[in-house]
Amino acid sequence: MSLKVLVGCKRVIDYAVKIRVRPDKLGVVTDGIKHSMNPFDEIAIEEAVRLKEKNIVKEVIAVSCGPTQAQETIRTALAMGADRGIHVEVPAKEMEKLEPLHVSKILAKLAEKEQAELVIVGKQAIDDDTNATAQMTAGILNWPQATFASKIEKKDDFLEVIREIDGGLETIKVKLPAVVSADLRLNEPRYATLPNIMKAKKKKIEKMKPADLGVDTTPHFEVIEVTDPPAREAGIKVEDVDTLLLKLKEVGRI
Amino acid sequence: MALLWRSLPRTLACTSLRSLNSRLLHKGAGASLCHHQVARKFEVARGLNPSPLTILSKDEEMMKETVAKFAREKIFPLVRKMDAESNMDESVYRGMFDNGFMAIEVETEYGGCGSTFFVANLVIEELAKVDASVSVTCDIQNTLINTLFRNLGTDEQKDKYLPKLAAEYTGSFCLSEAEAGSDAFSMKTTAVKDGSHFVINGSKMWISSAPHSGVFLVMANANPSAGYKGITCFIVDAGTPGLSIGKKEDKLGLRASNTCSVHFDNVRVPEENILGQLGQGYKYAIEMLNEGRIGIGAQMVGLAQGCLDSTVPYILQRKQFGKRLFDFQAMQHTVAYLATEIEAARLLVYNSARLKEAGHPFIKQAAMAKLYSSEVATRVTSKCIELMGGVGFTKDYPVEKFYRDCKIGTIYEGTSHIQLNTIAKLLEKDYIS
Repeated sequence: MSLKVLVGCKRVIDYAVKIRVRPDKLGVVTDGIKHSMNPFDEIAIEEAVRLKEKNIVKEVIAVSCGPTQAQETIRTALAMGADRGIHVEVPAKEMEKLEPLHVSKILAKLAEKEQAELVIVGKQAIDDDTNATAQMTAGILNWPQATFASKIEKKDDFLEVIREIDGGLETIKVKLPAVVSADLRLNEPRYATLPNIMKAKKKKIEKMKPADLGVDTTPHFEVIEVTDPPAREAGIKVEDVDTLLLKLKEVGRI
Repeated sequence: MALLWRSLPRTLACTSLRSLNSRLLHKGAGASLCHHQVARKFEVARGLNPSPLTILSKDEEMMKETVAKFAREKIFPLVRKMDAESNMDESVYRGMFDNGFMAIEVETEYGGCGSTFFVANLVIEELAKVDASVSVTCDIQNTLINTLFRNLGTDEQKDKYLPKLAAEYTGSFCLSEAEAGSDAFSMKTTAVKDGSHFVINGSKMWISSAPHSGVFLVMANANPSAGYKGITCFIVDAGTPGLSIGKKEDKLGLRASNTCSVHFDNVRVPEENILGQLGQGYKYAIEMLNEGRIGIGAQMVGLAQGCLDSTVPYILQRKQFGKRLFDFQAMQHTVAYLATEIEAARLLVYNSARLKEAGHPFIKQAAMAKLYSSEVATRVTSKCIELMGGVGFTKDYPVEKFYRDCKIGTIYEGTSHIQLNTIAKLLEKDYIS
């Protein structure tokens, strides 16, 4: 099998951290805060490595856009079993304004450059929850897409993917090359064992800039304000269903 | 000022670097920028790259993160059950091997991680934050068993045992006896030569991990008339006829780590099973314990930290008299003091580990680290139960387990009094020479 798979992994604020809005209200506090790989991207890496272990895929390339610290995220991917990494350098200040459209263009260019036939990313990042990168990458490459994947099986020259949708589960066939986005139940990511972390030190990480790929990272929109959601207020108890309906009508909910 | 330094003859500057340096650096808070710059130049010239002890390299951070994740997700949910049943869960035991925790320094060709002594201590510390029993099992394997094989084993012995110790089973270190604790060298277990074999007879006590160990490193006296100079280290495989494991001790703490007596009844081992040299066992035991106690220091620091980490969130949310417990100055002062003690203990442990890694003398610092961190652990855990109030006294909250687990710290791998003896002996040398 000569299939190469490109996996996007984003460095985000760790899921367990309590987010605080910056004093200038244009973003959240990131300095000195614990960061780790986006959990859905961990699932994407795990799936790619499993495909390699099943000999469906020959090489797993982990890609991350970001400042120097993004290399830690790539190292985690390498420790989980990716073969090599690509670090697209984006300075911290620019990283705040990097949009899914930019990332999609970068991933598309890299997929062409590396002649990858499969791109897997997490369905969304837990910081911006945009859920757009996989879809846009497929659009730019004009490849079929299988998003919210909870199971991937290779059959001949296509993938049979079970998707998690509002109504339940949908099974689709996508011809390769394709873009897949990983959902929560696709797999349970492995722990990077200590020996694998040591082995990962020897794996290559290639560095480049968005400009090297001909991608312009000028932002298309501007964040005007970031605020905390309103503090949760106390509720009230009602005696019966009729009063409940009345109250709901009063606050305009129904 | 700079002019004066430049005019000093070169030899004078070089030979008295140490005293110049210390005068420069310890000139007090008011030392001028000029002094710092000159001191830095001398330091760089000596090839030092000073860095804060608690700042870890990227690799060390990554290893630490992985262990913390595993401990949080796989060990934490089972801690109470393992303590109650006095047994380590199979998934935790296997997980430690599968994730490489049991062979951190062992070379990759034997299936180990090929990492460093400092990383081993980080792993021990992270595990102890969640469960001290799991931590001690990891500590014994890495700092005692693996080290003995790596330093003293012949190629055949290493090929035979290191891969198994990395992936399959624990090893047990058999030194203490019912009548030989601190006075280890008064041991009564003997090894009598019989042709090309040795026949071992005796009983060992307080042997950790005995029921599931695949190999035992047994200190037995092959020449009792030579006193302690007859003590020899023998490799005895589990299942050797005559080797039996006694009952499991019903302990106050570290309950998930099995501790048993081990009996040797005419156990025959070939002379190829001697680890190192005949009659040198006493030396190996001392050297291994000198390093092992840094690991215990790491365990105690982790334990104390884990205990504090379980306590502070509680007192930040519990309210009495209309205020959070933490809003009372007495509580703040107590917590601040405990945190300071843990930090100091951690620095002692980290520094002795770094000294050992760098090939510098470390025995005094290692003894200080073990002594201090085990005592800090007893103070921290005791105070934390009080801070928690009534709930701290129940098994529903983790602090009472930390309190029970810490007590062995001042006892095993050299009691606090033995550590003080060691430190005093080395101090004496400092002042006499």
